[in-house]
Amino acid sequence: MSDWQPLVLSFQVAFFATILATTLGVLIGLWLTSPRAIGRDLIDAIASAPMVMPPTVLGYYVLVALGRNSAVGRAWEAIFGSSIVFTRTGAVVAATLGSLPLVIKSARAALEGVDPTLLKAARTLGAGPVRAFVTVHLPLAARGLVAGVMLAFARSLGDFGVTLMVAGDIPGETQTAALAIYDLIQSHQERAAGGMVAVLTSITIVALYLVNKLTAVRRES
Amino acid sequence: MKVERTLEVDVRVERAQGRDFVLQAKFVAPPGVTILYGPSGSGKSTTLGAICGLITPTAGRIALGDEIWFDRERRIRKPVEERGIAFVFQSLALFPHMTAAGNVEYGLPRKMPRAERDKRAREMLARMKVAHLADRRPATFSGGEAQRVALARAFAPEPRLVLLDEPFSAMDRELRRDFIADVRAYVDEARVPLLHVTHHRNEARALADRVVLIEGGRITASGGVDELLPASRDMLDDSLRIHTRE
Repeated sequence: MSDWQPLVLSFQVAFFATILATTLGVLIGLWLTSPRAIGRDLIDAIASAPMVMPPTVLGYYVLVALGRNSAVGRAWEAIFGSSIVFTRTGAVVAATLGSLPLVIKSARAALEGVDPTLLKAARTLGAGPVRAFVTVHLPLAARGLVAGVMLAFARSLGDFGVTLMVAGDIPGETQTAALAIYDLIQSHQERAAGGMVAVLTSITIVALYLVNKLTAVRRES
Repeated sequence: MKVERTLEVDVRVERAQGRDFVLQAKFVAPPGVTILYGPSGSGKSTTLGAICGLITPTAGRIALGDEIWFDRERRIRKPVEERGIAFVFQSLALFPHMTAAGNVEYGLPRKMPRAERDKRAREMLARMKVAHLADRRPATFSGGEAQRVALARAFAPEPRLVLLDEPFSAMDRELRRDFIADVRAYVDEARVPLLHVTHHRNEARALADRVVLIEGGRITASGGVDELLPASRDMLDDSLRIHTRE
């Protein structure tokens, strides 16, 4: 009989990581669409690095930046009473960093795909930059953005390397489904891992299928 | 009684159109139709962009009556959305995710009650003879219908200045004549300046009260339509003549 608690934790982590990655990713993606953004190619490269960087390297950076000896880590601990690393918060941070490039890439492509004349028209019709973004830019980029969010959720759900480095593998605390599957395989309990493997596989395939459908409709329209 | 305001433009835009193009434009557009006439790449659209605030000039001043919209020296720059401009783009730029009524409502004041906005939008669509399109989206419009909706959207907020960036370029002659009549009627009633970019001589002659000639980023002449765009002979270069076979 499978213990589903790691899977439940994975869903919780993926939920919060997707919200964070979507918020940050759309803002960064929007900034990257501006031709006047200074150093946007460098920022794009840095933001995309987690896609190709070894998880251990990314995890190392997070530990250095947010660990107990860092300024951010100490401030966090002073305010909230617990550290970021080796907690569920760390698992959310790890999953967010892993999925952020997917949202940024999708958001940038979706937002750049909107005819800039429509945004100019909104401005001349009396809309400020925020209203033009919310009422014209965002709805017209919605399909691409939703595709990015779905990819981010699927990616967050299955994060392994960065989560292991930043949050550890603490059963009942930071052990997500991907880590639990690894532990079960290591202890020759393949059958017990089967349930979680099936769920993660199904969600990934469904997410990718829906992403394909969304972007296909976008191409046709 | 309506206050009549004249648009005064005296600007320099460097590195315009993403290249080493310099626009130096000085002219006035009193209430009525002023045609900005010149070949492609002469700086017509850049001029409109600077007037509406989508492009920030390097130097100069733009004012409508006694209201200063841009003054580099005095560091005045009124935001685009506060200038009260109607801009009809060449592509029309109708919002594809909104109905015709939604497009027209978009430019009406937010403080106006929703029901009144809807009523005003439908009235304006009816005035432009496209009331039947109110609940349909732009993807289902013909070219002529889209242009009528675009004009309804432009005129509904009662703009203080109207800018037309060749919106009639894809229309056949008959349709264009109808639109010219609609635009003329609006300007005569509202008594606002309308600046219309075109390189169609007959279109210019049919609409213009005044003509401003622009070439290579410079204003070369301004004055009456008969003086600058005579009906019988083409005074301009060959690049413009191709557009006059109507």
